[in-house]
Amino acid sequence: MTQSTEEFMLDDIIRGCPHSRDYLISILQAVQDRYGYLSRESIYRISDYLDLPESKIYGVATFYNQFRLKPPGKFQIHVCRGTACHVKGSAGILDTIGRELGIEVGGTSKDGLFSLDTVACLGACSIAPVITINGKFYGRLDNKKVQSLVKKLKRQGDGT
Amino acid sequence: MASFSQGGGVLKKRSKTEGTRLKVGLGACGIAAGAMNVFEEARKTVEENDLPIRVERTGCIGMCHHEPLVEIEEKDGGRILLGEMTPEKIAPIIAQYMENGHIDPDNIVAGTDYITENDPFFSKQYRIVLSNCGTINPESIDEYRETGGYEGLARAIREIDPDEIIREVLDSGLRGRGGAGFPTGLKWKFTKQAAGSPKYVVCNADEGDPGAFMDRSTLEGDPHSVIEGMTIAAYAIGASDGYIYVRAEYPLAVSRLKTAIRQANEAGLLGEHILESDFSFDIRIKEGAGAFVCGEETALLASIEGERGLPRLRPPFPATKGLWGKPTNINNVETYASVSRIIQNGASWYSGFGTEKSKGTKVFALAGKIRKGGLIEVPMGITLKEIIYDIGGGIKEGKRFKAVQMGGPSGGCIPESLLDTTIDYDSVTKTGAIMGSGGMVVMDEETCMVEVARFFLEFTQNESCGKCTFCRIGTKRMLEILERITNGLGREDDIERLETLAQSVKSGSLCGLGQTAPNPVLTTLRYFRDEYEAHIKEKRCPAKQCRGLISYRILPEECVGCGVCLKNCPVDAIRGEKKQVHEIDPKKCIKCGICLDSCRFGAVEVR
Repeated sequence: MTQSTEEFMLDDIIRGCPHSRDYLISILQAVQDRYGYLSRESIYRISDYLDLPESKIYGVATFYNQFRLKPPGKFQIHVCRGTACHVKGSAGILDTIGRELGIEVGGTSKDGLFSLDTVACLGACSIAPVITINGKFYGRLDNKKVQSLVKKLKRQGDGT
Repeated sequence: MASFSQGGGVLKKRSKTEGTRLKVGLGACGIAAGAMNVFEEARKTVEENDLPIRVERTGCIGMCHHEPLVEIEEKDGGRILLGEMTPEKIAPIIAQYMENGHIDPDNIVAGTDYITENDPFFSKQYRIVLSNCGTINPESIDEYRETGGYEGLARAIREIDPDEIIREVLDSGLRGRGGAGFPTGLKWKFTKQAAGSPKYVVCNADEGDPGAFMDRSTLEGDPHSVIEGMTIAAYAIGASDGYIYVRAEYPLAVSRLKTAIRQANEAGLLGEHILESDFSFDIRIKEGAGAFVCGEETALLASIEGERGLPRLRPPFPATKGLWGKPTNINNVETYASVSRIIQNGASWYSGFGTEKSKGTKVFALAGKIRKGGLIEVPMGITLKEIIYDIGGGIKEGKRFKAVQMGGPSGGCIPESLLDTTIDYDSVTKTGAIMGSGGMVVMDEETCMVEVARFFLEFTQNESCGKCTFCRIGTKRMLEILERITNGLGREDDIERLETLAQSVKSGSLCGLGQTAPNPVLTTLRYFRDEYEAHIKEKRCPAKQCRGLISYRILPEECVGCGVCLKNCPVDAIRGEKKQVHEIDPKKCIKCGICLDSCRFGAVEVR
């Protein structure tokens, strides 16, 4: 029952987009917007809708940094790696987060709570270094602050 | 007419007022700093107390170093800018202001009767592209029109022949603001003359340079100016369809563009029979998906078509064979926004600003180790020194200036000795950097230039689409060399090897990404060769940044034995009894810097 509802929703999203090859990226974005990633099933259905080989769709999906082929964590962390953030120590921030969570860039923690990605530039250079957690900005960070922040989230995630 | 005469006095009194207004700067950076909470709190305060004051949203006000920013526009037209606002501060400020018109000067960062003409942050700027940014509500087409918006389009359609518009853009001297500086009018002329139909007008809003946020701020703060510029271009060229290719990382810009396009359609300024003429033009938004190479025009076109964003050989240029093989004009956000002002005010007005070969103004995003970072617009011809020291207020925390990075990963680092360089396409190119789209990241003595070169190369190497061998593998080899230098494993001939590879990558790549990828390495080698040599020969990082070449130590004379570093150290590398001097075990230390950040006594030293 749930499965079919999900499938119905997926089709609804895909078929809500213009039926045209040049809207492939927009369709992928719409699906990822809803599910957080692109599942095998979704790629199969997009292929069916646009009458394009799945390989072609994988080709596009893997070319662009935005698309994920694995489910993201409950807390999606994005570390800005723009120049302004870099000169203010974002490499250390990224290391600290990765170490605290035990995951690498592009990875999701085993419990499914955290995923860690980098972003080329968030454009919030005045409050560098910046990260976002589920879209919310945290700026003017240092290694200590980000360590405390991650520890706090871990406690929240544990429900303790 | 627009109040361009305001010139440097960005906060001059307004002539027309509609009672007291409180505007909150809700650009993405303002929101990131917490402006949305301030906006909501202000709204709540006004509603609950039924105060005669309108709370409105506006775009980026520009003084990003004081975010969140709030402007109070007084009944008599006076303007007061409040900085570092919080939800806690704003309610009492409103209450006191409404009671006796007083605001505690500690909260004021600028204003009509405070610091304007004398504050070089404003007096050295001249706002043309940003004239509405941070002053009007970007979600109101009426406010845009009150400033003279869409008058240029109306004038174009009703009074001017398309060829004359192109001549006017040519005469204005406007050059492409995306970085390369190709004359805009000429591009339009080529597209118009090219055989084939339909023709397309594309706006490149894929602002990919890390450290750049000019176009984002313009789209968020004044989206109609870009739409108007594109529509004028379409009319001049004879195009009926337009695309704005905007980064998906800019959701606020996308949403404001959508609102603006809808409003323009409803007002008959976009769509069928614009202003009741025979001219029709539609604009669609295509969101990018995070690929730096898509800022390159042919890659961008491939991406609009829904393909992998791979660049192709030019010629043919997009002007003759672009989107779906049809003639296509591509300009960036700032270029189109400038066009709106040029057609509105005339070519000679615009060419009155700037230098002989670089006309008009340029928007920059000033960031990094600078005291007053922000969004600025300056006339061409100003010097780097004026931007960094007068507008930007110099370096943070009294540190020493080292370099300013212009042009992002395609650009270069300009040293202190060249700070008298004027901002114009040719002078900046001479330094080895490029004008670029306008990112300006300031670096101080604590920035390692070898590490900066490594950072940019890591970026371009990652973003290389892989089509050209030299870009794909050459950048990888260069990155490996830079990594070993910063890790303290540099070899004697590494500098020469880098230079040889840099030339090969430059000449062996198809598109701008590869052709310019070695620039950050070449400019740092040119101006900061001593830093490379210190890393390689002396195994020393002069800026004390490269982990392979530094060590952490606790200064016994400063340590009070509070235990904070010990508690926070992620690898248990710190030992020491309470109230006794602590010590770092260099074998365990991973040089993460958490002890340095957490020590309140300045007892941690980097060597």
